[in-house]
This record gives sequence, C-alpha cells and structure tokens, in this order.
Amino acid sequence: MMRYLVPLAVFVVLVGFLWKGLQLNPGEVPSPLIDKPAPAFSLPQLGDQTQKLATADLRGKVWLLNVWASWCESCRAEHPVLLQFAKTGEVPIYGLDYKDSREDASRWLQQFGNPYVASGFDGDGQVGIDYGVYGVPETYIIDGNGVIRHKHIGPITVQVLQDEIVPLVRKLKG
Amino acid sequence: MIPEIGHFALIVALCMALVQGTLPIIGAARGIPRWMALARPVAQGQFVFVVIAYACLTYAFIHSDFSVLYVAEHSNSALPLIYRIAGVWGGHEGSLLLWILMLVIWMLAVTVFSRHLPEEMVARVLGVMGLVAVGFLSFILFTSNPFERLLPAAPDGQDLNPLLQDPGLAIHPPMLYMGYVGFSVAFAFAIAALLGGKLDATWARWSRPWTTVAWMFLTCGIALGSWWSYYVLGWGGWWFWDPVENASFMPWLVGTALIHSLAVTEKRGSFKSWTVLLAIFAFSLSLLGTFLVRSGVLTSVHSFASDPKRGLFILIFLVIVVGSSLLLYAWRAPKVGLGGSFALISRESLLLANNVLFAVAAGSVLLGTLAPLLVDALVAVGVLGQSNKISVGAPYFNTVFVPIMVFAVFLMGVGPVAKWKKASVPELAVRIRWGGAVALIVAAIMPFILGHWSWLVSLGILMAFWIIVTVAQGMMERLRVHGDRPWSERLLSLPKSFLGMQLAHLGVAVFILGVTVIGGYENGKDVRMEVGDTVEVGGYTFRFDGVIDATGPNYEASRGIISVFKNGTPVMELNPEKRVYRVQRQPMTIAAIDGGFLRHLFVALGEPVGNGAWSVRVYYKPLVSWIWLGCVMMALGGLLAISDRRYRTLARKQRESLQEQSGTANVALPSAPVLTRAEVKS
Amino acid sequence: MKRTIALMLLLLSWSLAAGAKEAAPVMGDPVLQERVMKLAGELRCLVCQGESLAESHSDFAADMLRKIRELIEQGKSDQEVKDYLVQRYGDFILYRPPLTSMTALVWFGPLILFVAGAGLLIFNLRRRRTRVTEAPLSEEEQARVKNLLNEGDSKA
Repeated sequence: MMRYLVPLAVFVVLVGFLWKGLQLNPGEVPSPLIDKPAPAFSLPQLGDQTQKLATADLRGKVWLLNVWASWCESCRAEHPVLLQFAKTGEVPIYGLDYKDSREDASRWLQQFGNPYVASGFDGDGQVGIDYGVYGVPETYIIDGNGVIRHKHIGPITVQVLQDEIVPLVRKLKG
Repeated sequence: MIPEIGHFALIVALCMALVQGTLPIIGAARGIPRWMALARPVAQGQFVFVVIAYACLTYAFIHSDFSVLYVAEHSNSALPLIYRIAGVWGGHEGSLLLWILMLVIWMLAVTVFSRHLPEEMVARVLGVMGLVAVGFLSFILFTSNPFERLLPAAPDGQDLNPLLQDPGLAIHPPMLYMGYVGFSVAFAFAIAALLGGKLDATWARWSRPWTTVAWMFLTCGIALGSWWSYYVLGWGGWWFWDPVENASFMPWLVGTALIHSLAVTEKRGSFKSWTVLLAIFAFSLSLLGTFLVRSGVLTSVHSFASDPKRGLFILIFLVIVVGSSLLLYAWRAPKVGLGGSFALISRESLLLANNVLFAVAAGSVLLGTLAPLLVDALVAVGVLGQSNKISVGAPYFNTVFVPIMVFAVFLMGVGPVAKWKKASVPELAVRIRWGGAVALIVAAIMPFILGHWSWLVSLGILMAFWIIVTVAQGMMERLRVHGDRPWSERLLSLPKSFLGMQLAHLGVAVFILGVTVIGGYENGKDVRMEVGDTVEVGGYTFRFDGVIDATGPNYEASRGIISVFKNGTPVMELNPEKRVYRVQRQPMTIAAIDGGFLRHLFVALGEPVGNGAWSVRVYYKPLVSWIWLGCVMMALGGLLAISDRRYRTLARKQRESLQEQSGTANVALPSAPVLTRAEVKS
Repeated sequence: MKRTIALMLLLLSWSLAAGAKEAAPVMGDPVLQERVMKLAGELRCLVCQGESLAESHSDFAADMLRKIRELIEQGKSDQEVKDYLVQRYGDFILYRPPLTSMTALVWFGPLILFVAGAGLLIFNLRRRRTRVTEAPLSEEEQARVKNLLNEGDSKA
C-alpha cells in the first residue's frame, strides 16, 4: 500500500529543489580567484593614453574593479546605480573597458556619465581573461593587500549594493 | 480595440474553463446528468473564445500594432508576413496562447470523437482538461498577458529574434505543442478512470488512439526541432542535450512506454495501475518542461526570457496538478486490480521490461538535466561547498542513454515474437538466432566498407540490423500464411496495428543507422580560403569564388559563392551567408546545405581574414537525413496503427474474416475477453 | 546584374587558377589546428554553457580559441593549457569535470535507477505469480463467452 505513495514522495522532494532553484541564478560560475591575489596589470587609461592604471598603484586601499563596455546593454542598465554609488565616495570605482573601441567608450562615458576614478583600456581582453571574465558587466572587490575578496556577476542593482557590496567594503576598511 | 476584445475573450474562456472543470466532475460523482451534459458545449464554447483571442493577437501582429507591448517586443514593420504570423508564438506570452489554443483544439476533438464513450467518462475527461485550462488561462491572465498595452506606442518593433526568422519556426512549435498538450488527454483519461474507480481493457482501448496521436505529434515536433537547429545553430549538430530539448524528450520517452503499456492493458487487462501512472508521468513531464523552460532555473540556448515570479506560478500549478493526481493515484490505484497473469518470460513481461527501460531512460535524462540545479540548491543551503558546482553535458547523456537503448533495441526483436502469457525461452532462442547471426555478421563487416572500423559504429549497425532482420522475419512469417494469394493482397490483409508497429520499429533502425554513420564517418575541414582556393571533403572539391554583398527584406548579408565539383565536373553552387539583421544587429551564420538522401554537403562562412579571404567550414555528412527520416517513419507507424479498423465500429466483418484466415497463435484477438477469471489473493 | 558578377568571378577565378591552391587549415598549421580543436572540445563555453568551445559560435569561444592557440605556440603542453584556464575560470571550464563525489552520484545515478528498476520488475513479476490464481469459469460464464463469440459470427 505504502509503495503507491512513493511517486508522490519523490515529487515533493523534487518540488523542494525546484522552489529553491527559483531563487538562484544558474548561469553564475563561481570564481576561483576569491581570496587570491588580484592578477597584476598595467594598462593605458581610456582618457589619457600616456597615463597608466596599474594594480601596483592601488595597494593600501579597498577598491572596486568594474568590467564594462560600450556595446553592453546590461552595463547601460547598471550605470545610473554606479554613478549614484560613486557620488557617495564610499569606495573608489575603477573601470576595465573590455574589448571596446576607444572612441565608442569615451563617447559612452561622455553621454551617460563617468563613475570611474579611471578606466583601464583592455582592448584585446587579455586582462579580462586573467581575471576570469566571461561576460559583461562583472565587478570585483579588491582589498588593501591586493587580494580579490568578492566577484559579482551581472549588473549591480541597489539591492546588490545593499546586501553584498557595501557591508563587505565596510568590513574590509576596518 | 482588437487587443481588448482578445483580452476579454480570454477572461470569458477562463470562466467557461472554471465551469467545465467543476460541474461535470461533480455531476459524474453525484450522478447529475444535466451537469455532466454541460461538458461538451462548454468545452466547445471555450474553444470559440480562445480562437477569438488568438485571432486578435495574430491580427495585431499582421497589422504591426506596436501599441501592444508583446508585438513591439517581437515584431517589426519590415518583418516578412509569414514571420509576423508565426512570430505570434515567438515569445513567452504568445507561446502560452499557442499552448492553450492547442489544448482547446484537443478538447474540441474529444467532444467530437467521444460519442461512443459513457457520459461520466466524457464529463470527467473534459472536466480534467478544463482544470488544466483554468491553470494556463490564469497563468496567462495574471502574469503573462500578451495583450498588455504599450502607451505611447513604439514607433517600430524590436524585431523577432533572427534565429526564429526561419520556416522552422512556422512548424516546429505547433507540432511540438500538439504533442505536449495532447498528453493531457491521456492524462485526463487516466484521472477519469481513477475517479470513476473503473480501470479496465475498455478504458485502455479508448485511451490508446488519443495517446498515439499525441505521441506522433511529439515525435514530429522533436524531429523538426532537431532538423531546424541542425541548419541554424552550431556547425550542423542535430542534438545538444540542451535542457529545453530534454524537456521535450522526457515526455516522449514516457509516452513511448505508455503506448506500449496501453497495448498490454488493452489486450490483456494487465499493467493497469502502471499504465495510469505512466499517463500521469507523461503529462507531468510536459508541465515540468514548461516550468523548466520559462522559470529561469536552467540555462539554455533556447529558454525564454525568465522571470522567477512566473516560475513560482507554474511551480504552484505543477504542485496542484501533479500532486493531486499522484495523491489520487495513491488512494485509488491499490483497488484497481492486477488483471491477467503472465509468466516471468512472456510478451507481457518483455513489454514491461521495455517500460522499465524507457522509464529509467527518462529518469536518467531528468537526473542529468536537473543535477546542476540540485547541486546549486544544496550549495545555497550550505550542505555542499561551492567548489562542487557541476555542469552536465553531452558526454554524460550519451554515456548513459546509449546502453539503455541497446537493451531496448534487443527487446524490440524479441518482444513481438514472444507469446502472450507464457513464452518459452528455447523457442524464442530458435526464432531469433538467425536474425542475431545476420546482424552480427553485417555489423562486423560493414564498418570496413564504410571506411574504418570502430566499436561504436559496429554496435550501431548491430542494433539497426537486429531490428531490420527481425522485422523482416516477422513480416515473412505473417505473409507466408496465405501462399495462394498475391503479395499485395496479403500485405493489405495484415492488421494495421501490426504493420504500424513494424514500420515504427523500422523507423528506429533507420534512425540508428543515421546517427551511427554520421557519428562515425562525418568529415569536415575548417580552412582559410582565398579566392580560387579549393578544399576536398568527402570526395567533392569545393572552390571558394569570393563573397558578395546581398540584401534581404530586413537584413544585410555577405554571401559566399562556393562552386562544388565531383571528379572535375561542376555539380552545384552553394551560397552560405553571414547576415546582420538591421534591428537586432545580431550576426547570424546561415549555412548552405545540399541535402541528398545519402549525404549532406554543409558549408558555412566563418570570418573574413583579410585580402578577400575567409575562414570557411566544409562538412560532408553521410546519412544525416536518415535521422529525421527515421522519426517520420516512427510517426507514420503510429498513424498506421491507429488507423486499425478495430477502433472503428464498422469493421467487425473485417475482424471476423481475420479470425478465420489467420489462425496463427500470436494474432491477439482485439478486445477479446480474458478467458479465465483472475482472482487476486488478498 | 547577377550574371555579370558571376561572369566576372568566373574570369577572376580562371585568372587566379595559376595561383589557386588547396586551402590551408584556418590556423595555418594542420597539426596546430587539430591540437587546438581537440583541446577546445574538452573545454566548456561559459556563455552557452551546454556547448564546448569547439562547437560554440560565441565571442567568448573565439577569444578562448585564440588564447589556446597562443599558449600552444608558446610551447605549453595540453595539461598546462588546461591548468592555465582552470586557474582563471575554475573547474567549471572543463567539459568533463573531474570526478568528485557529486559528479559520481550523477554519473552512477542511472545505473542505480536501472538496477532498482530491474529489481522491482523481477520482484513484482514473481509476486504476481503467487498472488494471481486462475479460476475456471462457471457454467454461466462459459455460456456468456460462447454467446459473445457467436455474436461476432452471426452479425452480417
């Protein structure tokens, strides 16, 4: 008699998993670089090509690395949030302009605003590969010792700032 | 105005569905004839209103009404007319409307072709379908309304996804949905039987044609999807074990088990509770598929834009429908009884073994498809560490699926020649040894003829020829019976259900041959071609004659000119394209295919690499069309089987003459009463 | 217009016939290409996650192929290339993930299902035999059967 209830029992367990699954994002690939040193780079800046954006110069402070591109729709969506966040001065945001053209990127920042202290120009995406970038936008939180502490995949929303980014940044700043 | 009429029509349809889903079922339980009699007219009314709603949405598409949000998201003024009509189901909301349209078409069919069924059964079947309609109509009206307005109206639409701007879009989804949704009829019959407490061979006979037709549509739908992705996606792959593909494949596997199981229940009155469970599973998997594709829990090339809120709604619907049917099953199935007895080795047990294999196959595909989700969920609640993230792909599915099918194919040769009730193993061995020997010899030799030898190719050929020889043997035995008559007459006098089975099984053999040969002998090259360069593939010479610009109604293209030669003589010109659709600006690779019965030549442009040179991929694909030909044969086999006169009351005379003439022990008398009464020890 | 173009191309191709040759593999060296594509078949495209790098059309796949080629040209072995990518993208980028207890469960799941299914089947078949006995028909029932069969014969 009890065996007739087995299909129902299996179904209930399955539904539990499916329900949990609704709250998750299946496309996210966890980064193996968390708690590891941020790969070093020294890239020409987007605005002034003679200036460099280098990881070595950023030791001693907590900072955000936001990977973006002018051809990326979702970057457009997260941009206002970043602008607003940059104004609060909570943490400096540096950009990594990924596989873009200089003119398009500069025009994009002019048109929509520039939340970045500086943006490194990664035209061929080599630095992106070193960081394990597979889509845009992605954002890294890097601490004063140059260690990656968090990676957020996808656009930053106010919720993400509230729940993930600001608490960690504050903790890292001590 | 028209969109509002459509919206209103859906609301009316929902009200009718509510009536249809409640009163007839209560009427059947309480014996109220007037309530039971409501089922047919209300179902037909629902059909009318859903058609009105669908017509309104189509009208909005054809007239490019960009004040409707869904039209603005999925259409464009430059979109050719055929894609404006087919594009109605190009997005989530519209495809749901297609789903419900298919459901009401099936409902209408049930109202028309059910005159011979008792009123309570019709009431319950339509009632259950009405409840399903309530779920889907509510889902549409509350979360996915295709008639939502966009004000102010967009100046032009965002265009249909270029991947969908293809004739494949016009036929694949309707076929597929006819299949998916068709299993709701089998499901409704199963629930009706459980509710009524009467589950017997007659129920199986009524249920069988509906199930077979749904299965046929699903077979065609899946084959069309495979064919479509072959020439649109990737480099000519025909199956990717993508979650959305699996979502359609799982109901098919269970559906195949179901039609075999129904055969036994109809002929022998056995397997009743198992058949009912399969019917519930088949439709549950259809619903689960709907959930997986639209909720965002799985990544897929195919999935619709996902929204967890919608996902939650479908999940709740799934819980209600499947949960309550499994509860009903647990309550009523124990009382159903076991039916006729049969030996450990008999046609019944072999068919049951087939069912187990297909169920295991479906379970394995389900496991593989959901495993990443299961692991992610366990990571999220802290049971597992994050490094455990997995992804399951083709290697898993192929490794797991093929061995199961090897067993099933073996059974395909043994089952049809095994006797009902009790088959003797030595006798079976004698009957199949000739087939086995021939298949083994062919499998050993043929790979050498085709090119090179490999274990997998040999296995595939063994499986295919095992089927072919046993089918041929079976046919010969039956045809030999009336030696004095001409062959054509003998062939036509064989029962259609037998012929259908043989055709469908042959279709499986053809399919296996296609898969095996293309897997083992496909030949391709990825080369850099300057103008005038040639490359040789599969015995053909391909010469690159440059790339010119071309324009389509809503795209710009670079069109390659490839001249094909065989033994020096020009054979044809192929024109692969690289298109950029003006609105969505997504580059699309359109391969040029020369489709022959024995081989396809497949050419696709890569990228320009400077100086007028391009990277080009050229493939020689032997027997690839047999993959889809096999599926078509399977579907035709199903059609042949249900055209069997037994399902029509006029055919008794035919049946009588059959009984006189055939005399062979294995012709199962249609719907004959079981000649002993089986008692179940309690 | 089309014909003119075709004619021009024909002339062009004739004139180039002297310089026309068997097309070279897209990466120049066939050995290199085969190695890159073989590795690509063992790595996953992270954008279209069901496909390998060899199958995927995406930009990400194209970038990865370029990187693999670069690494091979630098003299790295197959394993070193894989390690390089796993270091940056994690185990997930391997199309055939390493065997952990979790993947083992998934891969052996079907086998477990099969054994369980077969076992249940045999168990049920055995039990059925002892549970169902055949009772001979009563007089009345035998008459009914006869009638039903005769009915079939007599109906025209």
